[in-house]
Amino acid sequence: MAPVRTLPVLTLKELSKKEDLFTHGHRLCSGCGAPIVVKMVLFASDHPVVACSSTGCLEVSSCISQHTAWKIPWIHSAFENAAATVAGVESMYRVLKKKHRINKEIKFVTFCGDGGTYDIGLQSLSGAMERGHDMLYICYDNGAYMNTGIQRSSATPLGADTTTSPVGSVIPGKTQQRKNLTRIMAAHDIPYVAQASISHWLDLMKKVRKALEIKGPKFMNILSPCNRGWRSRTDDAILLSRLAVDTCYWPLYEVENGAIRITFKPKEKKPIVDFLKPQGRFKHLFRPENEWIIKKFQEDVDREWERLQKEALP
Amino acid sequence: MARILAVSGNEAVAEALRQVNPDVCAAYPITPQTELMQRFASFVSDGIVDTELILVESEHSAMSTCIGASAGGGRVVTATSSQGLALMWEMLYIASGLRLPIVMPVVNRSLSAPINIHCDHSDAMGARDSGWIQLWSENAQEAYDNTLQAFRIAEHMDIRLPVIVCMDGFIIGHSIQRIEYLEDEEVKKFVGEFKPLNPLLDIDNPKSYGPLILPDLYHEYKRAQHEVMTKVKDIVLDVAEEFEKIGGRRYGLFEAYRLDDAETALVILNSAAGTSKDVIDEFRERGIMAGLLKPRLFRPFPYEEVANALKHLKAICVLDRADSFGGYGPLFMEVSSALYQVRERPRMINKIYGLGGRDYLPQHAEQVLSELVEIAKTDKVEIIKEYIGVRE
Repeated sequence: MAPVRTLPVLTLKELSKKEDLFTHGHRLCSGCGAPIVVKMVLFASDHPVVACSSTGCLEVSSCISQHTAWKIPWIHSAFENAAATVAGVESMYRVLKKKHRINKEIKFVTFCGDGGTYDIGLQSLSGAMERGHDMLYICYDNGAYMNTGIQRSSATPLGADTTTSPVGSVIPGKTQQRKNLTRIMAAHDIPYVAQASISHWLDLMKKVRKALEIKGPKFMNILSPCNRGWRSRTDDAILLSRLAVDTCYWPLYEVENGAIRITFKPKEKKPIVDFLKPQGRFKHLFRPENEWIIKKFQEDVDREWERLQKEALP
Repeated sequence: MARILAVSGNEAVAEALRQVNPDVCAAYPITPQTELMQRFASFVSDGIVDTELILVESEHSAMSTCIGASAGGGRVVTATSSQGLALMWEMLYIASGLRLPIVMPVVNRSLSAPINIHCDHSDAMGARDSGWIQLWSENAQEAYDNTLQAFRIAEHMDIRLPVIVCMDGFIIGHSIQRIEYLEDEEVKKFVGEFKPLNPLLDIDNPKSYGPLILPDLYHEYKRAQHEVMTKVKDIVLDVAEEFEKIGGRRYGLFEAYRLDDAETALVILNSAAGTSKDVIDEFRERGIMAGLLKPRLFRPFPYEEVANALKHLKAICVLDRADSFGGYGPLFMEVSSALYQVRERPRMINKIYGLGGRDYLPQHAEQVLSELVEIAKTDKVEIIKEYIGVRE
């Protein structure tokens, strides 16, 4: 294995001097987590980046007609194939580099929602990871098909009220727990997998910088609050992200060459209700007849957190 | 000096790809295209080509990877058949909409259900409206020649459009035929260096590919695609003329066989045209003035030229190796549309033949030509669309 170059950690002072490569003027909702994810990732990179998005909120809001928010090369082709599309660009890069028609070191990053990653794009993502393309796949996970109007995805948490898992007189929201995609990606035995949160920006950026220094396929899952779908306040994306980490709903960890390392342990693990309570999509869970769902939710979170701690390096 | 060999259609096209030496090839195996990609994979494994061969997990990803690679700024190729082309359907429109000059041999095969691996043209006809140029090939030689020309057409700076090159699965793809290969150097010179246009990998001049275009401009984008298609015919002819100088074989928008003085004719694509020409020769020997038109450029369809070549006839049969259920065969629809613009036009019938690999035999051509003679005599058509070669 080639030694990984350790990079100096960026300070806020240095970051403030970097150019914003995802500009304002995009049409994402105010309070959306996705542009924060994109900005943090692009700020973290020391190399030029070519980005790719699957169809979704970020894609439809960032490049409309002659207007683009991307100051870097960017491509969108369809919904289920961002990994395959960027794999094509990366393959062409390798050939042109071999032929000395390109000399620069370029990094390849996707920014895709959970629908394009957990569901419809899982096959092309798995394929690209298995083939070993030198790319960083970033999923901004907002837990539903927000772009088409908040339909449930396999990333939607248990009990959530969405437009296709609506709370009715018989069914209390989504009846299945979410897919643990980060673990599925780790099971691909790729060199680097991580989970991050915009509330812990330094942790997020360190992970991106580490990932970009590693050759081969990398995957990062970043929680991305959506106030429209989560039915929360427009200014609480960071607050909810922090609660997700502090309740261990969204543990911050990385899997480097198979070794799990928890990168942040909350001093005091908060009960899951702290994360659920501020979100309208979970409002019905607080009715007495749905108490069992919160109980199950807490058990699921506890089990995964225990398991992670057991498996992680000390 | 041309090299003369006996090879399968798949091998001939793989050889064309070796000589072109594309930058990236992303592909997925499917019968009857498999042999083509296996042969090309050997060239990669033996270091005979520089191509990055990306063996993806589906045809959808094959076309997606080709799109990414082509946008990146290099020469890109793939190949498929049947269900594979059907799975690519979504991405075909995106490749042409983004104006990416990808070349794709399609080894024609039927579509499920029922599943069947043998030849018909349902796959490519399903891609008819996708904005890809389509060249059709009667035999291995034409498939080889068309593949080489496809790169020149696709990459022409005035159009930049993807091209499908069709040949019949098994009948041509797997059967051994005589072929004349061009020399590597000649091919290299003919195809030339790839010229990138707005490459995504030009980091200093960032481009955004694949924007959202709403009703204020979408209509104009699609008109631009229509307009660029109108330039294709001339480019296809120019490239053919240049090819003739090195290959010695002459190509047009279609092949007109004994058509000038004919009274009746068959219009038919790909390998079945070969069988039909033999039967036409026999009819000619009997004093029956029969001819044939074999389209080469199916998209864009050369309506005026086809109409001019056929308008003097008394009766025509368009034979389709695909059906549009509830409609006429796809080739019949095109030829009808072409001839409708002519005031005096021949009588027309449509036969559906050879689906799922059903043999097209000389006796089928004889039967159809005899019917045409009768129609020419009586000026009466009883059944417009009919299946032939059906087991009763």
